[in-house]
This record gives sequence, C-alpha cells and structure tokens, in this order.
Amino acid sequence: MPTDVQIKCRNLWKVFGADPKGFLHRHNGAPTAEALADEGYIGAVQDVSFDVHQGEILIIMGLSGSGKSTLIRCITRLNDPTSGEMEYEGRDLLKLSERDLIDMRRHKMGMVFQNFGLLPHRDVLENVAFPLEVQGIARPERIERAKAMIELVGLSGRESYFPRELSGGQQQRVGIARSLAIEPDIWFLDEPFSALDPLIRAEMQDEFIRLQSLLHKTIVFITHDFEEATKLADRIGIMKDGRMVQLATPEELVLNPADDYVAEFAKNAPRERIVSVGAIMQPVAGNASGTVPMSAKIGSVAEQVLTSEHPVAVMDEGNNTIVGSIDRQTIATSIFGTRAA
Amino acid sequence: MTEATAPTATETNRGFSLAAIPLWAQFAAIIIFGVLLSLVWDGATRWPEAWTVPMAAWITEFIEWLKSEATIFGVEFKEITRGIGAALKAPVKWAEYLLYRGFKGIGLGPLPWVAVAAGVTIFAHWVGGRRLALLCVLTMIYLATFNLWKDSMKTMTIVIVAVPMAALLGVVLGIWVTRSQTASRIISPMFDLMQATPHMAYLAPVAALFAFGPVTALIATVIFAMPPMARCTILGLQTVSSDVLEAGQMSGCTKRQLLWKVALPSSKRTLMLGLNQVVMQTLAMVVIASIAGATGLGHKLLYSLQQLRLGVAIEQGIAISLIAIVLDRLTQAYAYKETDHFAATKTWTQRHKHMLLFLGILVVSYIAAEYWRWVKIPPSKFVWGTGDAKTVLFDAKLLARHADQAIRDFNVVAFDYINPIRDWVTIWILLPVRDFFLWLPWPVFVGVIGLAAWRLGGLSVLLLCLALMFSFIVTGFWVETMKTTYLVLIAAALCVMIGVPLGIWAARSERVANIIMPICDTLQTFPSFIYLIPAIMLFRIGDFANIFAILPYATVPAIRYTYLGLKRIPPVTIEAAIANGATRMQRLFKVELPVALPEIMLGLNQTIMMALAMTAITALIGSTDLGQEVVRSISTQNFGRGILAGFFIAALGIIADRLIGSWAAERKRQLGVA
Ligand SMILES: Nc1ncnc2c1ncn2[C@@H]1O[C@H](COP(=O)(O)OP(=O)(O)OP(=O)(O)O)[C@@H](O)[C@H]1O
Ligand SMILES: [Mg+2]
Repeated sequence: MPTDVQIKCRNLWKVFGADPKGFLHRHNGAPTAEALADEGYIGAVQDVSFDVHQGEILIIMGLSGSGKSTLIRCITRLNDPTSGEMEYEGRDLLKLSERDLIDMRRHKMGMVFQNFGLLPHRDVLENVAFPLEVQGIARPERIERAKAMIELVGLSGRESYFPRELSGGQQQRVGIARSLAIEPDIWFLDEPFSALDPLIRAEMQDEFIRLQSLLHKTIVFITHDFEEATKLADRIGIMKDGRMVQLATPEELVLNPADDYVAEFAKNAPRERIVSVGAIMQPVAGNASGTVPMSAKIGSVAEQVLTSEHPVAVMDEGNNTIVGSIDRQTIATSIFGTRAA
Repeated sequence: MTEATAPTATETNRGFSLAAIPLWAQFAAIIIFGVLLSLVWDGATRWPEAWTVPMAAWITEFIEWLKSEATIFGVEFKEITRGIGAALKAPVKWAEYLLYRGFKGIGLGPLPWVAVAAGVTIFAHWVGGRRLALLCVLTMIYLATFNLWKDSMKTMTIVIVAVPMAALLGVVLGIWVTRSQTASRIISPMFDLMQATPHMAYLAPVAALFAFGPVTALIATVIFAMPPMARCTILGLQTVSSDVLEAGQMSGCTKRQLLWKVALPSSKRTLMLGLNQVVMQTLAMVVIASIAGATGLGHKLLYSLQQLRLGVAIEQGIAISLIAIVLDRLTQAYAYKETDHFAATKTWTQRHKHMLLFLGILVVSYIAAEYWRWVKIPPSKFVWGTGDAKTVLFDAKLLARHADQAIRDFNVVAFDYINPIRDWVTIWILLPVRDFFLWLPWPVFVGVIGLAAWRLGGLSVLLLCLALMFSFIVTGFWVETMKTTYLVLIAAALCVMIGVPLGIWAARSERVANIIMPICDTLQTFPSFIYLIPAIMLFRIGDFANIFAILPYATVPAIRYTYLGLKRIPPVTIEAAIANGATRMQRLFKVELPVALPEIMLGLNQTIMMALAMTAITALIGSTDLGQEVVRSISTQNFGRGILAGFFIAALGIIADRLIGSWAAERKRQLGVA
C-alpha cells in the first residue's frame, strides 16, 4: 500500500497561544488537556496521524471547533503546524522553501473555501483564471482553460458576472472551478456547501459527485453533515477536541463506533444506505430461501428479506458461493435497533 | 491575634480613603486649593516669567540654524530643502502651464476653458450619468459668468498635483504600517496627532523650511491630506476577508502578488473612500494655504474678506463650495461606478466614446481658440452689435457689483436688528466667560482636568494630559490657550444645544432625517474657510463672529452622532420601555438618551475637534488666540511661536479626545454595547 499514499501526517500538533513551540517543548511534545487549559493554550490539532490515499475521498467531520479547518490548513501550510511530520508523495512538506510551497500550490493543490473567497473585483472568468494568471500563463491560454472550467461547473454564459451578482450556489461553483483550473492532484474542500441552503446543498453534492466521477481526484473534504459525508466518503475521520478519534469507512463507523462521540455522529446516519449485507450476516442457515448479494446495502434488500418467511441466503458475488444468511430480525435491528436504544 | 488583624483592616481603609471621598468633594478641594494658592502666590495665576521655558525662541533659532548651517551626511540642509522645492516646483509648473499659463515655449495656450468644462462634464456623465453632468455644467457656467475661471484654475493647479502625491504617499505608508510592527508603532501615534492638528498648524513648520510660495502650499497640503488615505489603506487591507486572502495564497500567489492582485484590489471601495477624502482635504487646505503662498480662489477670498468686499466674497465662496461639491460627487461616483459587463461585446469606439468625444472637443476648441478669444478664456462681457447699436448682453463685473450692493443694502437694514443681539451676547455672556477663563489659576485647570483624566482613563491618560497641559503653561502660552479654550467650549456648547435636538428630531422622523442628513453631508463637503463669509457678513469681526463661523461646521457631528446613537438602540430596548408604559418623553429621557449617550459624547468629541480646527481658521479674520499666533508667525517669520501654537491646538484636542473617549469606552462597556 505505501506507494499510493499521497499525504502522510504523523503526530501533527497545532497549538495556538503565546509561545506554542516552547509550550509543546516544556511538555515533551504531548501536553495534557489540563496543561493546555491551565496555561491558556488552544490545542486545535493534537497528535493527529493519518494517510490520504491516491484517489480516495477522505472526509473529516467533527463538531465546531474540533480542529477540522486547522488540520486542513496545516496540510496546505496556510498555518504551520507546531510540531509533527507531513509528507506529500514522499516529500517533506515542512521543509519546502517559500518558492517550492508556492509551486506546490500552483500545480498540486486546489482548495475550496466555506465562504467562497472569491475576489470581489474580478468577474467569473477572471476569478477562475486567477491561479493561472499568477503562474504567468499567457492570457489566451488561461482564458481558454478558465472557460473550460466554467463550462465544467455549468456556469457558461456568466463569465462576465461579478461575484456579488451570483447566488451562493453559483459563487461556490466559481470557487470550485477556480480550484480546479490548475488541475490539482489533491483537492481540499472546507465545508464547501455549508453556507448554502439545503436544496442548493443537495444539488451541489450531486454536482460534486458528478465532477469526481469525471476527475478522480484525491479529495480531503470537511463537513458537519454526516449524511453528506456518507454520500461522498470512502473514509471518514472524526475529530474531537483536536484529536482524530476514529478514521474508518462509513460502514465501520456505524457498526463499530470507537466511542460515544462517534456513535452520536453515526446515530442519525441512513444505515440502510451505508451498511452492507455482508457486514451483518449470520452463519449459513439451512432453511434459507432466495439469495441476496453480499455487497448490497441493506436498504436495497430490505423488502425482499422482510417479506420472506425464512432467512435469505447471502451470496458472495466474487465466486458465487453462499457465505451466510440474513433474516428479518437482523435487518430490522440494524436499521432501527440502535436508534430505538 | 485580634490586635494583629485590626490594624490591617484600618490600613486597607486608609489605602482606599481617596476613593471614599465623594468625587465632588475631590474636585471642590482641588478648586479651593488652587484659588487659595493663587491668592498667596502670583505664579499660580501667571506662570512666573523667570520659569518660562523660551521654547518658541529655541525653535525659531533651531530653524534658523537648520536653514543656514546644518548639514546632513555632508549635504547642507538648505540644499536639501532647496532640492525638494525644485523637484516639487516642476509638477506645479506643468500644471500651471496646462491650466492657465499656456506652454509659452511651443506657443500652445492653456487648455481652453471650453475643453476643460467639456472634459469635466463628459467625465461626470461617464461616472455618474446625466444629473452629475448637469451639476458640472452649471458649476462651469457659474465659474465662467462670475469671472472666477482663472482663479479656479489656479486653485485646481495645486489640487491636481497634490491629490496624486498625497494618495500615493498614503497608500505606501498604509501598506508599510500593515506590514511592519515598527512602522505601525511609529506612524500610528503620528496619525493620531495629525488628526488632532488643525489645517492651519501645518503651514507654520512647512513655511519655516520652504520659502513662501506654491511649493510650501503644496507640501502642507500633501501632508495634511495624506493621513485619510493611509488610514483607509490600513483599514482596507486589514478588513480583506481571510477567505479571500487564503484563496489567493492557495492560488499560488507570491507575497507581492497577494498584495497587488488580491488585497489592494479587493479593498477598492475603501481606497476610493480614502481618495475622496484626500480630494476634499486637499481643497480645504489649498484655500487656506493662501496665507503661505497659494494663489487662486482662497487667496482672493481672503483678500475680499479682509477688505469687507462681501458681495465678491460670497461669489468666491460659492465658487469654492461648488467646486467642492463637484469634486466630492465625482470621486464618489467614480468609487461606486459599476464595471461594464458587456464591454467585451462592444467595439473599441463604443467603449471609448467618452474619451473620443473629449479628444474631439479638445482639438476643435484649441483650433477655435485661435479665432475666438472667448473659447480660450471665459468672456467677462458679452457685447452684441457694434458702435451705437451695441448692447451689453452680459457683464460679469456688473453682476458682481450688483451682488455687492445687494449685500450692503441688506446689511444696512439688518444691522439694526443684529447688532444689539451681538452686543448683548458679547457683553453678558462671552466677555464674562472669557474673563473667567483668563482669571482661572492654572493649578485649578490642571487639577480638575488631571483628576478627571485619572478617574476616567487611569495613570497613562493622566500623565499624557499633564504633559500636554504643562507644555503650554511652562512655555508661556497660557493666555492664548485659555482664549482658544473659551471659544471652543462656548462654541461646542452651542453646537450641542443645536445639534442634539436636531439629531433627536431626525431620529424620530424619517422625513426630517431625509432633509437634515443631506444638509449635514453638504456642510461637511465645504472647505471650512467659507464659513467665515456669513459670519463676517452678519457680525463683522470679533468673538461673536468667530463662534458663529464655528457653528455650521462643528454642529454636524453633534447631529450625526446623536442621530446614529439613537438609531442604533436595539428595538427590543425601546419596545420593553413601551411595554412598561413609558410615555414618549419618558422613553426619550429615561431610555433612549441614556443608552445613546456614549455615542452622543463621541459626537461632542468630534465637535470639539472641528471647533478647534475652525477657531484657527477664524484667525484669518481676526482673533487673539492660538490660531492668531499661527497666522502671524508666517508673516513675522517667528516660526517657533507658530509651530508651538499649532501644537497646543492639537494638544487641547488630544486632551478632550482622551477624556471623552475614555469615558465613552467605559460607559459603552457598562451598557454592553461596546
Ligand atoms: N488563528 C487562531 N488563533 C487562535 N485560535 C484559533 C485560531 N484558529 C483556530 N483557532 C482555534 O482552534 C480551534 C479549532 O478551530 P477550527 O477552525 O479548526 O475548528 P473547525 O473544526 O474547523 O470548526 P468549524 O466547524 O466551526 O469550522 C478552535 O478552538 C479555534 O478557536
Ligand atoms: Mg472550520
């Protein structure tokens, strides 16, 4: 697996306060929560380690103030971490010179901001072309590429509009187009849809999925919204008070939450769309009738199982063998069980 | 054991004993002490001659030394000032050639007035549409018909040179302050001081170093007009949203790109506001700088006022006001101009039609000016026909003479009513108050202000106020400073008595606000100089006239802050009062005014600042206070006195600002509206 690790973070700390480095040093790099509170420091990111794999969508979640933005901003070096290690495709991110960092941002990283961060004095076209402009790409080429991006996000015809003349959803489309204009390898999105109202948000999520199906980027995505997360994520990392409490697939989070905090997040998740049959099946039963595929989400087989008198056999599509069974009771508890409890 | 603790308790009590004395008693004690002291010691009334620090003389000598002997890094100081003077003279000269002298060397005249008028109008149409264009046309016609064109151009000469310089300097300083801690620490307090310093006070030090003439006026103007630009730049750069900046960073901007392509352009509105203020300050200063060598409308107006040629003064005053309004509206319209979306779809000619039209008119008018003189400079007289059949269609001078006569007639009638009022107020109110301030022993003044400063702002404010007060006491400026204080306090009191009720009225009625607020805006647009005209016209010279001149200028903040203070009260607060059964009056006096009081006091603070600036200007028509010292120092070359007097006017402003500011901040904190 190591070859496809795109970003590697080890023991990352970001402490805000008067003298963060000295503070960490005094506490041997691992201050307790009490020490932080006593000395008036904020541990925005605390001892976080994880990898981001090539082509995956990693979603980071957590309550407000849990350090999600700070974590992303450390990786993009908008904030410098107080301690820890970060690598990008094997290069030490913390040792980059100013020039290399700018180069990295110009060619490898794209970022979308919660409040769009559009330049108010530039129209849509100029906003999207901006990253190309600062690289020094000639005008005709950058206009052409910007136009392609604008088309990609469905804003053709609005090239000469100014940000204040666009709706929130449209503004964020511009933000997305701008971040994609340089064809980044890795794409950071910090709550890109949370400033939008629910209908637009759903539309933008679909748009995002459509884009990803075309582009296959590596994505680190922050959201508050577990449903949004489960819709998009390959893996979800849950943060609490600066720490990464659990980083796993949505299914694992729902079935085996690491603690109550994670369980609380997962509580309202649409389990029928997250949990697959294979994850909750029981041993092969003698009286099974009918089959369902092992990888199917339970929502899609619920009707079949619930209307069947007998347990239903579970089939591994890989080699067409029966590997277990599933009955009404199991389906019912896994969809409603924990919620009732 | 009990004996051991008991003394501690009393000791603590003794420690707080000062706070235990009621505040009025503390003030009373200081006043009584000061008065008694003055009875036994003359030095408490007038600072003893022997102890007076001859600061003014030192400064004058220092300037003499600078100008004659000083060298900096081997270069003679006077060479440096001469070099700066010469460097600045060049752009002024070019502007003069362009606007009214003409390029003698190549035989090209100045811009024909028709072309200037058309250019301004076309620009107005481009940025602000038809109404603004109309305003410009009327203004241009006014300037032309009243024979004020050339003087207007002389005034504009310095304006068009000073504005870009002040704007550029302001932006650069502003950027520097936001980038460097050191710069911020040096420059920010300087701006505070500069803001409290009236226009007038800039003239003395500049005139001290540079010879009397347009360059001195230019330098003083640039220095005076620059701080608002710097402030707006700082504000603009500091308020760019962090998302925008970070988006810029993530787009791969270098530091420089981030500043020039992201931060500065996205604060365009704020920068434009700064530019507007630079233009207005420039104009205000240029007309006053006539005492330091600026020619033009200000110079002529000063002359008319001193000659009591009021009709002419009014014409000139109107010209200055119109120019101010035009400049204000033009820069504002430019700031808010929307960018054209469909520019790309238009042809080059369509996009540049305003420019092309102007160039066309320019060329045609230059050619026409060869044949008809009235194209070049506005005619002072239009005559129709020849010989006996000649009829005078229009005569600017005659018009002015009629206006002059009308004013004189009016005054003759009005004086019968006005003079008794003026004299009564002067004898029964102004003189007693003035005598009181002149009698006041300085320990009383210092003690009362000091105690207030200490109670309101703590030790640092106390020390600052003490230092400022002693600076004018020990240098022998006590009498002049008290005269200024008296004028300003009376004027400020009147401003509050007029302004606060107007503000309340405007806050209560939308309709009234729609009338009063635009008037306030306009009053603030005018250069303060022109407020001397009605004062002289109605009351001639003297303290009464001076106070009258201060009123329209300094009442505006009292009105505006009262209005805003009342408008900003949260509706629930008022609704709660209504629900509790308060009548309208009870609501006003028991709820609204107390809550809005900090804001109103900040208005008073501004009023005092503006009154201070205006008292200095009234020196132009005669006064005996600090302002007069400044004005006189320029003609007598006794620059030390002028510089100090200017500084003391600023010192009074800073004392008032710290006292009121500390009070308002504390009060706002208590009210939870900070
Ligand atoms: N520049 C800063 N200075 C001081 N404290 C900061 C700074 N930036 C963030 N913090 C603190 O760090 C903690 C984590 O903030 P962060 O913005 O990363 O949270 P978040 O999870 O993104 O929250 P939200 O969901 O509200 O965006 C918070 O307690 C915040 O107050
Ligand atoms: Mg955040």
